[in-house]
Formats: sequence, C-alpha cells, structure tokens
Amino acid sequence: MDFDLTEEQRLLKRTVREYADSEIAPQVARYEDASEFPRPVVMALWKDLGLGGMYCPEEYGGIDLDPVSYAIVVEELGRVWPSLCIIVSVHNSVGVQLIAEHGSPEQKTKYLPRLNTDWVAAFSLSEAGAGSDVGAMRATAVRDGDHYVLNGEKNWVTNGQNADLTVIFVKTDSQAGNRGITAFLVEKGTPGLTVGRPERKMGIKASEAVVLSLSDCRVPAASRLGKEGQGFKIAMAELDGGRIGVGAQAVGIAEAALERSIRYARERQAFGRTIGEFQAIQWMLADMATRVEAARHLVYRAAWLRRAGKPYTREASMAKLYASEAATFVSHRAIQIHGGYGYTVDYKVEQYYRDARVTEIYEGTSEIQRLVIARKWLAEHGYGA
Amino acid sequence: MDFSLNEEERLIRDTARELAEKEFAPRSAEVDETSKFPADNVKKLAELGFMGMNVEEKWGGAGLSSLAYALAMEEISAACASTGVIMSVNNSLVCDPLERYGNDFQKETFLAPLARGEKLGAYCLTEPEAGSDAQNLRTSAVREGDHYVVNGTKNFITNGQVADTYLVYCKTDPEAGHRGISTLIIDAKSKGLERGNKENTMGIRGSSTCSLFFTNVRVPVENRLGEEGSGFKVALSTLDGGRIGIASQALGIGRAALEAATKYAQERKTFGKPIADLQAIQWMLADSVTELDAARLLTHRAAVIKDTGKRYSSEASMAKLAASRASVLIADRAVQIHGGYGYIREYPVERYYRDAKITELYEGTSEIQRLVIARSLLRP
Repeated sequence: MDFDLTEEQRLLKRTVREYADSEIAPQVARYEDASEFPRPVVMALWKDLGLGGMYCPEEYGGIDLDPVSYAIVVEELGRVWPSLCIIVSVHNSVGVQLIAEHGSPEQKTKYLPRLNTDWVAAFSLSEAGAGSDVGAMRATAVRDGDHYVLNGEKNWVTNGQNADLTVIFVKTDSQAGNRGITAFLVEKGTPGLTVGRPERKMGIKASEAVVLSLSDCRVPAASRLGKEGQGFKIAMAELDGGRIGVGAQAVGIAEAALERSIRYARERQAFGRTIGEFQAIQWMLADMATRVEAARHLVYRAAWLRRAGKPYTREASMAKLYASEAATFVSHRAIQIHGGYGYTVDYKVEQYYRDARVTEIYEGTSEIQRLVIARKWLAEHGYGA
Repeated sequence: MDFSLNEEERLIRDTARELAEKEFAPRSAEVDETSKFPADNVKKLAELGFMGMNVEEKWGGAGLSSLAYALAMEEISAACASTGVIMSVNNSLVCDPLERYGNDFQKETFLAPLARGEKLGAYCLTEPEAGSDAQNLRTSAVREGDHYVVNGTKNFITNGQVADTYLVYCKTDPEAGHRGISTLIIDAKSKGLERGNKENTMGIRGSSTCSLFFTNVRVPVENRLGEEGSGFKVALSTLDGGRIGIASQALGIGRAALEAATKYAQERKTFGKPIADLQAIQWMLADSVTELDAARLLTHRAAVIKDTGKRYSSEASMAKLAASRASVLIADRAVQIHGGYGYIREYPVERYYRDAKITELYEGTSEIQRLVIARSLLRP
C-alpha cells in the first residue's frame, strides 16, 4: 500500500492550489454575491491550466488526467470555490468524458477541441418528477427522417444557461422504462430549446441550475450519443465517476472550513488565552480533521480503483456519502468555532456551510448512496443471488 | 498511490484468517463465558511468529511490516478480541520498545524469547492515580549500587497475571516530572512482586488484567531500557504503535459485528420478507460498511507511515479514534438489527458490543486521541 501522491500529482496539486489562491480566490465574493456564472474565470481555467479537458484524450487537445489526479484538482477547486468546482466537474465528467467515451468520431472531432478551449458543457437527466428515479422521466424524442424531435421539460441542469453543449436524456421508447432512454448532444441556440430562469439556491450560488424546455426541438440524428436505448447505461456509468467528483468537492469544502477554523482558533483570544487551548475547541478540531482525512482517502481509493479498472460502484458511493456528510459536519463546527463571526459573510465559513449542504443531495442523495452501498454489500454476501 | 495489498500481506492476512476462523472463533464464546486466559491461542500465534511480527528475524521476530501486523490483528480480533489484545500488547507495547531502545544484551535476553512467543510481556504504565496523566506516576525506582529498588502499584495491566516480563515505568527522579521517568525490564519472578486479582471486566474477558504490587523489588541496572529519564518518551512513542494495534483490534470486532448483522438480516423475516429488504436495516448496514472502511483506511495509512520512519502520532490517534468509534457504533447497530436476539448470549453480537467498548478506553481514551490530534493541528 502507498498513500502518497506521485511526484506528478503533487506538482499538479501545488499548481492548482497556487493558481486558485492567487487568481481565483479574489473573485469569489463578487460572483457569489451576484449569483453570477463566472464565465471569464472558467475560460481562464481552460486557457491557463487546460482544465476544460481533464478527461479528454490528448489527440483532441485534452490533458487526459487519471481519476486520482482528477479528484485532486476537483478537491483543490472545491477548497477555494465550491461553485466553480461543480461547474468544472460537471463540464468534465458528465460532459467531455461522455463524449470522449461514447461519441462518434465525428462528434469527438467536432466538439472535444471546442470544449477544451471556449465551450462549456452541461448534463441534463433530472426532471421535476424524476430525480433519483430516472426511469420515471417523461421527456421524449421521436424520430422524424434524419432528425429527432424532442419534447418535455428537464430541471436541475447545472451549467444549463451558459452551456454551449448539453447532453440531454429523453425517452425514445416510452414503454421500455430505463431501456427506452437515449442521450442527445444539443447545441445552444437550437430552435425549440428554451432555458428557464436559474433556481435561487441556498448555496453554490454562482453555479446555475436551470429548467430546460424542449418544444418540438429538432436535433439531427447524428447528434445522438450512443445507440437508441443506451442512455440509461451511459448516464449510470458516469454517475459513479460523478460521485467521486462530488466526494472530492466535499473534501475540498471540508478542508477549507478546517483550515479556517485552525487559523481562527490560534488567533482568537478568550479568558486570557487562545480558544485553541480549550478542549471544547480542540475536540471539534480533532473530529473535523479525522473526518476530512478519512473522507479524502475514501475518495482517493475510489478513484484509484477506477483507474485500476476494478469495480468501484460501492466505493464511489461510500466516498460520496462519507465526504458529503463530513463536509456538512465540518462546516457546521467551523461556524461554531467562529461564534458570531462565523455567522457573518466576512469569514467565509457560512458560505462553506451553505455550499456543503448540496453535496448530500446532488449526484444521488445520501439516501441513494446508502441504498447502493447496502445492495452491493448484501449482494457481495450472497443476498438476492 | 496504491491501495492494494502485496503478495506477502495477502498471505499474512489469509493465514491469520484461517487460524482465527478455524481455531479461535469456535471457542471465543467460551473464553468470554469462563474468563479463561486463552493460552492455547497464544501458543498457536507464537507458532506462526505472530507474537513478534515486526521484530527483526535475528531477534526471533517475523520481520514483517506494520501493515501486515495491522491486517493480522484485525483477523485475530474478529474471531476473538481477547486474543487480539494479548497479541497487541506483546507486539506493540513490549517487543516494539525493546527492539527500538534495547541494547544487544537486552534484545538477546528479553526480546528474543518474547518475539518467539516463548514468553509473554506486559506494559506497566498506568497506576491507580495516573492513567491518561501518566507523568504523575508514583512508582519509584531508587538506585542502590548496581540495582534499582522498586516500590509502588501499577494497575489495569493487560496480560498482568500471566506475563513473564514486565516493562515498568518508574520515577527515578521524583523532582523531574516527566523527565524523571525511566523504563525497567522486570522479571515476573522477582522477589517482592505480587499480582492482584484479575479484574472482572465488561468485555475482553479472556484477557488477564490485574494490578501489580512492587515492594522493594531489586532490579539490575542492566535491565534499564534506554537512558535514565527517557521513560516518558519511550512510553509515548510506544503508545503510538499500540494505537495501530488497538485500531486494528477495533476493526476486527466491528467487522465481526457487521458480518453477523449482514447474515442475520438475510435470514430473519418480518412481514413476509427478509429484513435485509427494509431500508431501516439497509441504512444501518450502509453506515456500518462505510464507517468501517473509512477507519480501516486511516489505520492502514498510519501503519504505512510508521514503516517509513516518519512521525505518525496524529495519524495513529486518528486511526484509533475513528476505528474505536466505528466499532462501538457498528456493534450497537448489530445488536439493534438482531432485536431481542441481540441481547442474549446465543448470538455473538452482545459480546462484540461489550468487547468494542474497551477500544475507546485503553491505550489512550478517545479524549486523549483528540488531544493528540488537536495539538498537532494547532502546532505553529
């Protein structure tokens, strides 16, 4: 066993951290306060660090990171700006990667180079009545010559308003349940595609979640991603990877809240000494740090399994479940350590507290993760065989 | 980064599992019931070299990594937690400091028989008035020519009634605080050394824990481990390694409880289907699986860092804190999943529940672990 990062991974981590601290951190408050999508920051990330193509093969201009390195980058972005982190994570894992893995040669040539340089991708699976229960979706696509006609309404589309390309999942066969789902690549501005107003959220405010309306939206058959009926499989395979991403984001948030708490505990005086000298504070810090460390290694382990080509569904769910709950726990304690100042926006921990909360919800709620873990675990122990 | 075990580590784990499942598990309820020290188990561990796993081969050990030790500890403890702690004390708390601080004479004379499992060791730090606050210990060692004369009382000494060799922390300079503590190797047959009654404990009932009374016990100066005054350092650095052992023991107990609950959930039917189909049960299983694995990663990480020679106090404390907590929670859920059957002795989970609790107490309570972690975080 070896828990160390490779030299290359350490360098990557340092590079992203330095960039995030110097270039990104000063911009966070402005965009968060305005709930504005930070397009210039995203474009700079693509240009300066190549982070638009983390899962894109080099032949299409990507940097093609291994999953552990990917988790490291996501964690570092989460530490500085959770909204930006999810924007980048969605773009790469359920945008670029889906096309790299399932796209036709034409689709790859057409889209991947653009997504590495000046485009943003989005992923659209959920509907108002179909969240965890994907098969309940109602949006449809009907074949019409060399086109499909898409109709329906999708929601919770991260990057939805700004995306230049969205992977949209709809039913091509409404009788076939999960097997009737097909994925399409839909470009911004396609007639019949209307983007709704972004949801007003508790946290990750600079990341947009929108409703997409499809009204006789005509898409060329060549824009179908994979075969008809393969959509569910495509979406589910990437959910495991997406969970590593959200797990890494949660670790980054927790790490940031912990760092700020340690700093504050060293500085803040009460009753003639720093509050870090009180056991009440020490206890919180110890529990926070232990959970952060455990969460980080669950995330790395899941990513490592993926890289090794081994099954990692249960491990990804465990990483996501544990890390997201650690993030809410740690950011909650961070506010407590900061006292009243933690409740003001100036100290940032209230933002981490709000931002952390979503990690227990998206990419499969904690309840879905527990379901996955329990089912897999029971199956590994001969149940339901 | 590599989360896989190598060939040797897998072999050790499998060997330990086979021994534990075949030989120890069938008797662990009896060990608990009768509170009898499992001497046969210890003999079998010795045959495999598991009583001195990390000790160099030239001193009678198996020369294995700390990770291999952690893996074996988990397996042994999953079958019999009492046997686990006996093994942990001999390996982590006695052999380890003897190898690190002992001179060749001491290694030859004391370490080798312990590592081979011919003799059994005990670590004597705690006193009635000095538990977590170890520097306040009062047992005194007064130099008289080429001997020390030892007086005082030690308690909660694991392996206390059966050990052949004691590592005893004494004050050689009562004025010097923690710098006045020295470590003496004391033979169990020494004149003036008496053993108290075995403590009647809630769990790990096969482990022999008792008080030791020293009255004018004469110990040759050559039995002093390290320099005079270095005892506190020896004690604390030893506990770091011990925490990996106890974390692994906690993992073993937790895993046994989780496996029992997993099995029961599939067999037990309510409302026409196995309770494994109910989300209430699935939730408990999912949390147990996740917490156990998180704690295991922390434990294995601490073991790997230990072998690199880097400082690992904080990592060992995190491992012990997380693993002991997970063990207690998992055992608690296992009882809950079993319902009323979890409360009776026909099922093993009530024993796991009792055994798990000790892991939050010994080799540093959870409070001490948090103190160690917090100090490391706040260090400028």
